Amino acid sequence: MKILSTFFTAFILFASFTPVNTGYSVGDKAIDFKLKNIDDKMVSMADFASAKGFIVVFTCNHCPFAVKYEDRIIALDKKYAKLGYPVIAINPNDPVLAPTDDFESMKVRAKKKKFTFPYLLDATQEIAAAYGAIKTPHVFVLQKSDADLIVKYIGAIDDNTEDAKLAKEKYVETAVDALLAGKPVPVTFTKAIGCGIKWKQS
Amino acid sequence: MKKAILLYSLLVVVMLYSFVNKVASVVPMMNLEQLQKRTLQTESDTLMVVNFWATWCVPCVEELPYFLQSTKTFANHKVKIIFVSLDFLKDHNKVINFVKARAFDNEVYHLDAGNPNSWIDKIDTTWGGSIPATVFYRGGKKILFHEGELNQLQLDSLINKTKL
Repeated sequence: MKILSTFFTAFILFASFTPVNTGYSVGDKAIDFKLKNIDDKMVSMADFASAKGFIVVFTCNHCPFAVKYEDRIIALDKKYAKLGYPVIAINPNDPVLAPTDDFESMKVRAKKKKFTFPYLLDATQEIAAAYGAIKTPHVFVLQKSDADLIVKYIGAIDDNTEDAKLAKEKYVETAVDALLAGKPVPVTFTKAIGCGIKWKQS
Repeated sequence: MKKAILLYSLLVVVMLYSFVNKVASVVPMMNLEQLQKRTLQTESDTLMVVNFWATWCVPCVEELPYFLQSTKTFANHKVKIIFVSLDFLKDHNKVINFVKARAFDNEVYHLDAGNPNSWIDKIDTTWGGSIPATVFYRGGKKILFHEGELNQLQLDSLINKTKL
């Protein structure tokens, strides 16, 4: 009986732990996606023929860290879309676990904040899993290279979530500026605190 | 009469002071060095469980009762469970009020450590940055790190596995 209960405990522990993160590293090829936008149309990166790359942001409605960064995400798109690096925001959360992250609430939020970029729902969570997104916000800067999309930066938008004005290192801007100048990205990977993605409980 | 008023005022001042002092000490602010010092301060046979959380983090608040229950379950063991809030600094009072409303005795600290990119790896290099996250130290050494929510069974099992 003791063995059985130990086994059972071990099984429960194992089964409910977050799977080991096997997402992208800098330099990897990223997959394109076809996800539903808040205007009910499907969006892929392939739709952006003239883009040089993308600022893919896994974000959501409910997370205070994501909310803190909303205006900065909008500013990134305003600054870089015209230079060839548009923002694509993706909500990876399971609305069963995060009710305010459902598709209707995404529409409301995008309208209220006047998002200038697609805000897509990763309903199957396959894209977040493939990229290795673990929290919101979590940024992947991609650069087009022939037919491929190469991961050039993974991590935080800047080094100060609480106050944009106090941010010293603007990681995403620095990365995209370097790519636009044809230079290597100086800091390719950063960590930040965020809300863990709400993965579906299978 | 004058003396009485003076004495009374003095009493009020002292009471007020101790009250303010008490409130301020519910959740001390801490930088990373202070936190690291605190986690290493325990006796070598004591398990130190450090839970990183925030008042805004729904899964953190959900698992908090499990940590409080484990505190009771392991009260007679060499196990210490402390909490480290990663709330925004402007929300310090929110953290204090949260802790006071729940009236538990575990130590709670509010971390002021600057750029997370420079300190997350110092807690654990495998930490992606999401909370809740829980670290188990014993005798000044980290023996286990877990990113993500824990239920009662998981938490108790990890404590049993890591305590002496």
